[in-house]
Amino acid sequence: MLRFIVRRLLVTIPTILVVISLTWVLIKLAPGNFYSGEKQLPAAIEKNIREKYGLDKPWYQQYGKTMWNIVRHFDFGSSLRYEGQSVNTIIRNSLPVSAAIGLLAYLLAVLVGVTAGSIAALKQNTAWDYGSMALAMLGISVPNFVLGPILVLIFSLTLYWLPPSRWAGFPSWNLVLPVLTLSALQMAYIARLTRAGMLEVLRSDYIRTARAKGLSERDVVIKHALRGGLMPVISYTGPALAFLLTGTVVVERIFALPGLGNYFIQASLNRDEPLIIGIVAFIAIALLLMNLLVDIAYAFLDPRVRYQ
Amino acid sequence: MSTEKDPDQIHIAPEMAIAEADVRSEEAGEFVRGSSLWRDAWRRLLKNKLAVFGLIVVVIVTIASVLGPTVIKAVFGFTPDYIPTQIKLNSSYPPFTGPDGEFSWLHPMGTDNAGRDQLARVLQGGQISLFVGVIATLVSLLIGVTYGAIAGYVGGRLDNVMMRIVDVVYSLPYVIVVIVLLSLFRSQTPRGQLILLFVALGSISWLTMARIVRGQVLSLKNQEFVLAARATGVSGTRIIFRHLVPNTLGPVIVYATLTIPQIMLTEAFLSFLGFGVQAPLASWGSLAADGIQSIGIFPWQLIFPGVTMALTLFSLNFLGDGLRDALDPQMRTV
Repeated sequence: MLRFIVRRLLVTIPTILVVISLTWVLIKLAPGNFYSGEKQLPAAIEKNIREKYGLDKPWYQQYGKTMWNIVRHFDFGSSLRYEGQSVNTIIRNSLPVSAAIGLLAYLLAVLVGVTAGSIAALKQNTAWDYGSMALAMLGISVPNFVLGPILVLIFSLTLYWLPPSRWAGFPSWNLVLPVLTLSALQMAYIARLTRAGMLEVLRSDYIRTARAKGLSERDVVIKHALRGGLMPVISYTGPALAFLLTGTVVVERIFALPGLGNYFIQASLNRDEPLIIGIVAFIAIALLLMNLLVDIAYAFLDPRVRYQ
Repeated sequence: MSTEKDPDQIHIAPEMAIAEADVRSEEAGEFVRGSSLWRDAWRRLLKNKLAVFGLIVVVIVTIASVLGPTVIKAVFGFTPDYIPTQIKLNSSYPPFTGPDGEFSWLHPMGTDNAGRDQLARVLQGGQISLFVGVIATLVSLLIGVTYGAIAGYVGGRLDNVMMRIVDVVYSLPYVIVVIVLLSLFRSQTPRGQLILLFVALGSISWLTMARIVRGQVLSLKNQEFVLAARATGVSGTRIIFRHLVPNTLGPVIVYATLTIPQIMLTEAFLSFLGFGVQAPLASWGSLAADGIQSIGIFPWQLIFPGVTMALTLFSLNFLGDGLRDALDPQMRTV
C-alpha cells in the first residue's frame, strides 16, 4: 500500500509541474503583453515595466525564477490587476467560497442520487424507475447555465422566495440556488450509476444467500446490496470533482460569488499572468491529490482491489 | 452475396457486415432473411420509444438548423445578424409580437436587445453547436481509434507508454487549460476564434475513445481470425485497420453518439463564459450568455436558446443510450 502511494506521488508531482510549465509556456507564446492595451506605451515606460517584471531577462531565467519561487516557497507572486494582493492571498480568500458550494453540492448529489438510484433499481421497470431515470436524463441534458438562471427566474424574480445572487457568508439562504444548480448534473450521474450498480449486485449470489438466510429486505438492501452497489459511485468521485470544479466556474459567474472560478475567469480575461498560473496550479494539485485519495479509499473499501 | 450458391448451405457472414445471404427454411420452403447484428440492433432501437423520439428530434433540429436561416432569409428577408435601422435601442420584442405590440408572425421567438430575430439566431446557433459537436467527434474518432488500436495491438512497452500519457492528460484539469489557451490566443476574427475552439475541443475529445478502442482491440487480437490473418502474412497496419477496427465499431458508434452532446455542452460552456464563439456568430451558449443579462425583463432571450439546447442534448443522450442497449451483445438475449 505504502509503495503504491509513493509510486503514485512520484507520478503526481511531475504532472503538477508539467501543468504549471504548460501554462507558463502558453502565456509566453501568446501574442501581446499584459501591459500593452489599446494604446502604444512610450518606449521608456515599456522598458521600465519590462525591467520591473524581469521580462528583459532571457526566457530560461524567467522560467527558472518562476518555478523556483513556486517549488521552494510556494510563492506565485503578486496579482497584476488586484493591486497589493498576492496570488496566495486571493486563493486563500476565494477558496472557502468555492469549497463551501462544492462540498454542499456534492453531499446533496450523493444523498439524492443514491436514494433515487436505489429506489429505481429496487422497483425496476415501474413508474418510479422510469420517472427517476427520465429526471436524471434531464439533469444531464440541461446545462447548468440554463438551469441556474431559470431557477433564479422562478424562485427569486417570480416567487421572491430566495435571494438571486451574491455571497452572504456560510450558512445563508444565498447558497440554496447555487448549490442546487451545481449539484443537478452530479445528482443525475450518481443516480444512474447507483441504479446500474445496484441492479448488478441485486442479481448476485451473495444477495440470494442473504435472502435465503431469512434476512429482512431492509437489511439485505442497506447492509449488503448498498455496499457493493455503491462501488461505481465511489470510483466516480474523481471525475465528479473535475466536473464540480468546472461547474463552479459557471455557477460563480451566474450568482456573482467571489470564488476561485470567478477569479480564474477574471484573470484569464485580464491576462493576470501570476494569478492564472497560481489558480491553475492550485486546481491541478487539488484534483490530482483528491484522485489519489479516492484510489486509496477504493482499496480499503473493496478487498479485491490490491495495488502493487 | 451470389445467388448461385447452394441455398441450404449457411454462409458465415463477415463479422458485423450486413448478411445478405438468404437461407431457405426447410419446413416452409420460403426464404428467411439472415438476421445480422446491425439489423437486429436497428430493430431493437426502433422498439425503444425514447430512442426513436430522440432520433426524430435530432433529425428535425439538424434540418431546421441547416435550412432554417436560409428559409427565413427567403421568407422574411433578414439574416441572423440583421439589425433593423429604425429600432429603438434596447427594445426587445416578446415572442409573436410586431413593432406595434400586436400579434405578428415576424419573430416567433422575439428579438434580442439589438432587434435581431431570435429564431434565426437560435437556428444559426444550432448550426454552429451541431457543427462543433460533429467535427470534434470526427477528430476524436480519427485520433482516438488510431491511437487506441495501435496501443492495443502492439501492446507491451509501447502500450504502457501510450496509455500512461492518456492517463496523465486525463487527470489534468483540461477545461481550465483550454480556457487559458482560448483567452490568451484570442483571435481578432470570429472565424479564427471558431477554429481555435475546434482545435481545443478536438485535442481533448479523443482520450476516452482511445481507451475504449484499446480495450476492445485487446480482447480481439488473440482471436483466430487475427491469427489467421497474421499467418497468411498480412501486415500489422492492415490487420489493425481492416480486421480489428471494423470489429470495434459497435462500442465506437455508441461512444461517438454520446461524445456529441458532451462536446456541445463544453462548447456552450466556453461560449457562455465568453471564450468561444464570438458575435456576430452565435452559438447556444453565447445566446444564453446574452440572455442572462436581462433575464428579469426579457426572459425569452434565455429560455428559447436554453430550451432548444436542452431538448437537443436530451434527445442525443437518449439516442446514444438506445444505441448502447441495441448494440450491447450482453443485452441480445434479453
